[in-house]
Amino acid sequence: MHPAPSVIIFTTLSGLGFGLLFFLGLGMPDVTGWVAFVFFVIAYGLSVGGLMASTFHLGHPERAWKAFTQWRSSWLSREGWCAVIALTVMGLYAIGAVFLGQKWSVLGVIGSVFSLATVFTTSMIYTQLKTIPRWNMKLTPALFLSFGLAGGALLAGQTRLAVPLLLIAATIQALYWWQGDKAFAKSGTNLGTATGLGSRGEVRAFEPPHTGTNYLLREFVHVVGRKHAEKLRIISFLLAFFVPVVLLFLPFNHFFALIAVVSHLAGVAVSRWLFFAQAEHVVGLYYGKR
Amino acid sequence: MRKVGSQSLRGALLNQPVIDTSPKVSDEVRKTTCYMCACRCGINVHMKDGKVAYIEGNRDHPVNKGVLCAKGSAGIMQVNAPSRLRKPLRRVGPRGSGEFREIEWDEAISTAVGWLNELHETAPQKLAFFTGRDQSQSFTSFWAQHFGTPNYAAHGGFCSVNMAAGGIYTMGGAFWEFGQPDWEHTKLFLLFGVAEDHDSNPIKMGIGKIKVRGARVIGVNPIRSGYNAVADDWVGITPGTDGLFILSLIHVLMKAGKIDLDYLARYTNAPVLVNAAEGPEKGLFLRDADGKPLVVDRVTGEPTAFDKPGVRPDLSATYDKDGVTHRPVFHLMAEKYLSDDHAPENVAERCGIPAKRIRAIAAEIARVAFDEAIELDQEWTDFRGETHSKMTGRPVSFHAMRGISAHANGFQTCRALHVLQILLGTIEVPGGFRFKPPYPKPVEAHPTPHGDRRPGRPLEGPHLGFPRGPEDLLLDENGNAQRIDKAFTWENPMSAHGLMHMVISNAAAGDPYKIDTLFMYMANMSWNSSMNTKGVMEMLSAKTEDGKYVIPKIIYSDAYSSEMVAYADLILPDTTYLERHDCISLLDRPICEADAAADAIRWPVVAPDRDVRGFQSVLIELANRMSLPGFTNEDGTPKWKDYADYIVTHQRKPGIGPLAGFRGENGDKEGRGAVNPDQLNRYIENGGFYVAHIPEGADYYKPWNTAYQDWAVGMGLYDSPQPYLFQLYSEPMRKFQLAAEGHGDKQPPDHLRQRLKDTMDPLPIWYETDQQGNEGFTVNALTQRPMAMYHSWGTQNAWLRQLHGRNPLYVPTKLMREHGLQDGDWAKVSSPHGEITVPVMEMAALNENTVWTWNAIGKRKGAWALQQDAPEATKGFLLNHLIHELLPPKGDGMRWANSDPVTGQAAWFDLKVKIEKAAPPEDAESQPEFSPIKSPVGTGPKDLAWKVGK
Amino acid sequence: MTQLPQSTERKMGLVIDLDTCVGCHACVISCKGWNTENYGAPLSDQDAYGSNPSGTFLNRVHSYEVQPDQGPAQLIHFPKSCLHCEDAPCVTVCPTGASYKRVEDGIVLVNESDCIGCGLCAWSCPYGAREMDMAEGVMKKCTLCVDRIYNENLPEVDRVPSCVRTCPAGARHFGDLGDPESDVSKLVAEREGMDLMPEMGTKPVNKYLPPRPKDQVEDQIDILAPLLAPVAEEPKGFIGWLDKALEKL
Repeated sequence: MHPAPSVIIFTTLSGLGFGLLFFLGLGMPDVTGWVAFVFFVIAYGLSVGGLMASTFHLGHPERAWKAFTQWRSSWLSREGWCAVIALTVMGLYAIGAVFLGQKWSVLGVIGSVFSLATVFTTSMIYTQLKTIPRWNMKLTPALFLSFGLAGGALLAGQTRLAVPLLLIAATIQALYWWQGDKAFAKSGTNLGTATGLGSRGEVRAFEPPHTGTNYLLREFVHVVGRKHAEKLRIISFLLAFFVPVVLLFLPFNHFFALIAVVSHLAGVAVSRWLFFAQAEHVVGLYYGKR
Repeated sequence: MRKVGSQSLRGALLNQPVIDTSPKVSDEVRKTTCYMCACRCGINVHMKDGKVAYIEGNRDHPVNKGVLCAKGSAGIMQVNAPSRLRKPLRRVGPRGSGEFREIEWDEAISTAVGWLNELHETAPQKLAFFTGRDQSQSFTSFWAQHFGTPNYAAHGGFCSVNMAAGGIYTMGGAFWEFGQPDWEHTKLFLLFGVAEDHDSNPIKMGIGKIKVRGARVIGVNPIRSGYNAVADDWVGITPGTDGLFILSLIHVLMKAGKIDLDYLARYTNAPVLVNAAEGPEKGLFLRDADGKPLVVDRVTGEPTAFDKPGVRPDLSATYDKDGVTHRPVFHLMAEKYLSDDHAPENVAERCGIPAKRIRAIAAEIARVAFDEAIELDQEWTDFRGETHSKMTGRPVSFHAMRGISAHANGFQTCRALHVLQILLGTIEVPGGFRFKPPYPKPVEAHPTPHGDRRPGRPLEGPHLGFPRGPEDLLLDENGNAQRIDKAFTWENPMSAHGLMHMVISNAAAGDPYKIDTLFMYMANMSWNSSMNTKGVMEMLSAKTEDGKYVIPKIIYSDAYSSEMVAYADLILPDTTYLERHDCISLLDRPICEADAAADAIRWPVVAPDRDVRGFQSVLIELANRMSLPGFTNEDGTPKWKDYADYIVTHQRKPGIGPLAGFRGENGDKEGRGAVNPDQLNRYIENGGFYVAHIPEGADYYKPWNTAYQDWAVGMGLYDSPQPYLFQLYSEPMRKFQLAAEGHGDKQPPDHLRQRLKDTMDPLPIWYETDQQGNEGFTVNALTQRPMAMYHSWGTQNAWLRQLHGRNPLYVPTKLMREHGLQDGDWAKVSSPHGEITVPVMEMAALNENTVWTWNAIGKRKGAWALQQDAPEATKGFLLNHLIHELLPPKGDGMRWANSDPVTGQAAWFDLKVKIEKAAPPEDAESQPEFSPIKSPVGTGPKDLAWKVGK
Repeated sequence: MTQLPQSTERKMGLVIDLDTCVGCHACVISCKGWNTENYGAPLSDQDAYGSNPSGTFLNRVHSYEVQPDQGPAQLIHFPKSCLHCEDAPCVTVCPTGASYKRVEDGIVLVNESDCIGCGLCAWSCPYGAREMDMAEGVMKKCTLCVDRIYNENLPEVDRVPSCVRTCPAGARHFGDLGDPESDVSKLVAEREGMDLMPEMGTKPVNKYLPPRPKDQVEDQIDILAPLLAPVAEEPKGFIGWLDKALEKL
């Protein structure tokens, strides 16, 4: 898949933002007033900023409101609803916490649930796609949720929770790569099934339909060299998990905390780049490409 | 379920969007003839707001019956192409630069007249007028004939003259679009070589039709693409060995007696008696006082004229007269083809086909021809007066085109294929191959060539024709060629279509003489339509010591900014095909079907939005300004004001004009009839074409069928019935051979004697075409045209160029491995003549010693209104750079033409190359590169979102 | 609207004969022509005369080589457009309802005025049947020429998709695949028509007819050989045979 910056920014930032909102809704940290204000600004900045970024790849962003209509079948529509509900509920909760010094915990819990649901629905947009075997795995929502929680905990300063959550996310990430690398072969889809000609012999793509490129090739066919991908995986792993965990074990220090967050953010972004760039759409088969 | 419009109630309940499923399609449909290739399909041009909105096939049209190919549907992008020339141009920069100034038509016409008129009056041969993809050859040749130059031809010489001449000399008609398999009845269809470019939609339709019936297709082609991809069996033959394979099939079939003796006896010259005595008559037919070939009558045992009523020709009996034995042609064939040289085991390796496979194919042919023969309950009467109660069909059909003809042995190979058809009795029978009017037409009904030089006066007959013997060659008293292309000389005696590919090199060399003006139409000679492209560019811009161009003046007409435009001094911009009048005439290459005569027109369905004029109308204006004979009434006034006027009022013979339909004052005559001033309107009302059906019972056995012959006379195809025998044995060829043996007063130069003896064999032979100087060059290299493109025309088309914007060299798996190549790598491809460096791509379904590419995708920078970094100009390439119009020197002091020695057909499929892996060129562009041409029309727009209607 | 209908009244679709398609691209360009001028936004082209031309096409013809265990490689031309799946994932993923499957005939369409151009439907399609138009920013796809097949301004015979009407080889067939008695259903039954990527569970309506077995003539030689029994071994014998054979004529 083409690793479009808009979707990488979107999933990275909004995952972290909603992860943070999740913890804020549960009163972790238990803050009010200006401190709460800063936390909510960061959370909203990340989640709303991410959502805004996601509209950049739309052909007609002015019609985006229509996306609320199809919640019964569309994960993208559900994501929209969850995000709006989460942001609205958490907004009310934030007003209470920031301006009124009130902790409306029922609202907070509801907001937390919808924040996590937003991350889940986002992940399901990818998970549902049978056409992309690397995404079409139970580990995909696990990956998104574990990242959201780990990042949220980190941002929320929940050191004791952040370390185990980061370790869990790291484990899921490793499992996701391990299983993802085998997913295409395991899916059973190949040029033989794509053309129905597999029973006749070995099928090989010959002339493409057009000598130039097209939307499908631009959108779905992106080749990442194996060595390049391995390097990026190590970088991602180090930045997203190793560095933050090490820093969290050190005595608390605001600077270290900032480094941990930035490192985690960068690591997640690299992971997300790989999430898209390494995802192979079955349509590439028709073009003799993966 | 109740419907709301086309929406069902349920759909409405489900809140489905309401869409208009019955939108207006167009304001008006204008029916004309396509010109995106040589197929001439009928098209419906849908108009909206006076503009072309959509093009589809015309269901009523005899050629395409509603279907349309990719090119045809893309016509809208051609008619609006940014590459269209806009105004007459006069060159201001050096030739090849593309620097022009726009001029008015007045200046353009006066300039041309200024150059041409003097030549017409003093030395007409100094004008060489050659046309390329011209569909008005009966008119352009008429113009050239009345100008008086011997130097006219169209592009058949490098296209497929072998196929045309081989067919006409053998069976009085050819494949091309001049005949077709009997798609309704055939059960086995054999296709030789690349054939996707003529009659393309009819062949696709035919293949589709026979597959529905479960009939089988065998493809014989080194490349398994296109039609060969759908063939049930593919024979990946070594290029240039088709003749050997065919003769082996003949060997096997004759040996097994699987030949149609009755057919051979009745309709062919197999029983004709041939003089067997050494001397000047050897190999000539025994004829009676009327010149009619004689056969032995099985009833009387006496030699009898072949066409005498009641005669039953004997295939076996010999006849002695005055001590000279006369043997039937069939004896000579038995001797020749039963020889073990032709046994499958002895040709298998050379052809690259296992002997078992050759036998299997021969057996399958025999099985279908004889065990699955069909009979139509249709009575008919033959030319000897015998009435037959049935029509016997041998449902094996064949087709071939340039794949077999563009070799130096192509003429003989084409003849071999026709001989195979004839032996099987599959021509003009149900299930076999059928001619389309005006064919069948024996050689005798065709003109001989004319090329005398008579200042101020027309030639005495048409330029191109079919020589019957040495007496018809166009040589002057010193034995020098009369034509600039040396057609109809000892070098290529039967060059029935001329040799357009030799015109520029001969003119540049002043051999056989210098010319003054080169006048060309729709021929991209400085690019894909020439062998040795770089050399041709140099010849076109070569200068003499005094700084003048060697070819002093070049006039060129084209509708588009092709590579050739840059090399002309004066450009006469033509219209596109939807802006012009044309006729697709029975005098020329009509659109007939096997059971109907048909012709068609083009008419301006849109008006040009540029200052351009139809080329044929410009020719008429030039003729009028020069008062050319033939174009001028006795009182000195012009006969025609433009081409439309000519189409309607010209009469080749009384009552016979360019169009056969709606003749007579009331438009109720067909074939023959007075001029009808309303004829074009009647054609337009009728969908742009006219069909005259052949009566039932006249539609098979046409060369011998009295009913057909009478109908053809009525239609004006012949002046009298012309029944004839198929010429298994070609007496005209034997006459050239006799001359080479030293007989007769017309004698070839000594250096050509042996070649004439070897190649002018009156019975089909095969000979090796591997050329002198090919040592080390062992890989065959071919080109073919993609079905969605036609020569260079497709490139300027925004839709078609996306299909084929660049061309790799397709390399067979074995050679890929041998050279360590992978898709996208580059290879240096060299021939004795040149080298190119190009990207490669693997192809498994390919003869293991053959490489190939798509023809004419590569473009020169600056041409066709493309941007200079267009893939056509950076990655695309021409194989032409590797092919020379002359063969490498072989030490006899002469450069022999790279042509078939019989017809002069350019032998561009004889190319042999060597491939080596190469580093990608520094700029990652195919090599060689040429300097950009300055585009006289700029470049096209960036983006398109084409919608005419609102 | 992005919920799929439980069932459709008819299952209109195409049957594509891989045994007959010669790869001429006629259907590709006819489709481009009709759909540029008709339903929805025109199919645009970017860099139309430049270095990287790329446009929207609803139908493209691929080609594949198949190397069987025995015999030469085969080349198969392979036209591909929307298969109008019964279980069309492109419909259910659409967040706005722009993508829908018609209950009348099962045609999958995009209502362009509702399309936000998110591309998710193209992501969900295994066949590459949907292409985003770069000029208009909406998703384009095969409409099965919904504006032809019911069009009362066209003669009845022309109420078929433009690709079917134009196909020179007759390799494309159009009809109701939900009706077992229709010509297309019979063709599919007779020729063992197949689904592409059946494992995707999309239940395509369009079917592909596989190429017939190829390159088998040589295997028939034992049956065919008697046809080639020589009548003579050399010319003299042949003429002897000829005399006898002529007697019988």
